[in-house]
Amino acid sequence: MSGTNSEVITVMKARTYARHVRESFKSIGRNGWMTFASVSAVTVTLLLVGVFIVLMLNMNKVATDIEKDVEIRVLMEIGTKQEEAKAVGDKIEKINGVESVDYSSKEEELQNLVKDLGDDFRLFEQDNPLYDVFIVKAKDPRDTGKIAGQINKYEHVNEAMYGEAKIEKLFNILEMSRNVGLVLIIGLLFTAMFLISNTIKITIVARRREIEIMKLVGATNWFVRWPFVLEGLWLGVLGSIIPIALVTTGYYYAYGFIKPKLQNHFIQMLDFTPFIYQVNGLILLMGCLIGAWGSFMSVRKFLRV
Amino acid sequence: MIEMKDVYKQYNNGVMAANGFNVHIKQGEFVYVVGPSGAGKTTFIKMMYREVKPSKGDIIVNGINLAKIKTSRVPHLRRNIGVVFQDFKLLPSLTIYENVAFALEVIEEHPKQIKKRVMDVLELVGLKHKARMLPNELSGGEQQRVSIARSIVNTPKLVIADEPTGNLDPETSWDIMNILEEIANRGTTVIMATHNREIVNTIKHRVIAIENGRIVRDEQRGDYGYEG
Repeated sequence: MSGTNSEVITVMKARTYARHVRESFKSIGRNGWMTFASVSAVTVTLLLVGVFIVLMLNMNKVATDIEKDVEIRVLMEIGTKQEEAKAVGDKIEKINGVESVDYSSKEEELQNLVKDLGDDFRLFEQDNPLYDVFIVKAKDPRDTGKIAGQINKYEHVNEAMYGEAKIEKLFNILEMSRNVGLVLIIGLLFTAMFLISNTIKITIVARRREIEIMKLVGATNWFVRWPFVLEGLWLGVLGSIIPIALVTTGYYYAYGFIKPKLQNHFIQMLDFTPFIYQVNGLILLMGCLIGAWGSFMSVRKFLRV
Repeated sequence: MIEMKDVYKQYNNGVMAANGFNVHIKQGEFVYVVGPSGAGKTTFIKMMYREVKPSKGDIIVNGINLAKIKTSRVPHLRRNIGVVFQDFKLLPSLTIYENVAFALEVIEEHPKQIKKRVMDVLELVGLKHKARMLPNELSGGEQQRVSIARSIVNTPKLVIADEPTGNLDPETSWDIMNILEEIANRGTTVIMATHNREIVNTIKHRVIAIENGRIVRDEQRGDYGYEG
């Protein structure tokens, strides 16, 4: 005598898992064309999503690189004495939100210039036209403007400058494209989920009677659900193979092409590894999730027997 | 065994299919449920395995109140109830053996147990020799026997049959009745909704007649009591 009321099966047996996996594979085979159609749809979606993610994360990287590089150059008035300059430096350091203050004398400034632009600039060594400067970095780059404004009011400060309008505009553009990308990705994911959900629905309709009988003889909802959820999962996994391959190759070549051109520049692409593994993991994960969730949703209403 | 107390069921479309059912059925009883189509027979039966939930009242089966049970417990309740349908509900792509075994597989019974029990019930319904055939290779009566085998393979305390002879010719119907009788003789409660006047009047059992959602008659060793 089995199936007594007290016998609540909470842990599924290994044998049962094997059955669910077998059933889900059988169903994929049976659904032939529909499987192909939804896998293609998932492929296209995940490919677009993958490309989006790569672009977005790299844009993010560029944005952070730029953000990190934003600095205020405080030009001291010509003729400011050493100790007066030092007092200004101390004052700047005490401003809320300032991360670092570095002093660079006009001689050092000239050396930098020579290093960057060439020996022609050595001519200026006779009569150095540059200013002594403080290089100030804000903890949060968005505070840059505020801090610069404050420094401008100090005595002995000729001018505190930073990229102003340009930088602000850049920040805005980056933020906006980040948001637009995110919305597009979410939209695409829903489309793919809908397609998988429809495929599974066809499987389910074909097996309605089976589900009905299962429920009547006392199968639990999860027992009925598992094969379908697994089938959705496989569709998602199959759909992520080509996107992963293409995104990986694509980024490999893009990286090989662009990286050398950015040598020594403060803006850099994300390194090929581990970035590509993370992106691929994300694509696979999304494939699995939309597959499993899509089919979970479509089984739901057939379980009410 | 089964106790219905002031059970009401109103469907979403307003139909009142159960208008105060009060019934007590003892373990091992054989009960016919008769009445015109649309009178509430099917609702009466479906409430016993919780395919239909009552709007009001209590239904106690095997000591469990179906009106209050959590949905997640329903599968375990059903493992103690076998259901037989007019249209058999067999899976056409599975063999006879597989169809019966299916009922045990989905409740995760041990494979060794499954084999023994399936063969036992197939022997009981006299179809052991056709275990490897597909349902559509069998006659209607044989298919119904498979369906009965499936309903009892789990050794339930209650078997519910919704017009089990509805699709069968008279002679085959008697075969089916013999099997159901045999099941009842072993101590299983059998509740059978039927339109078959001849059977009800020949094999005497308790008769519950339902009309317009009410129990109008409940007699031990009763008659069918309707014309046609």
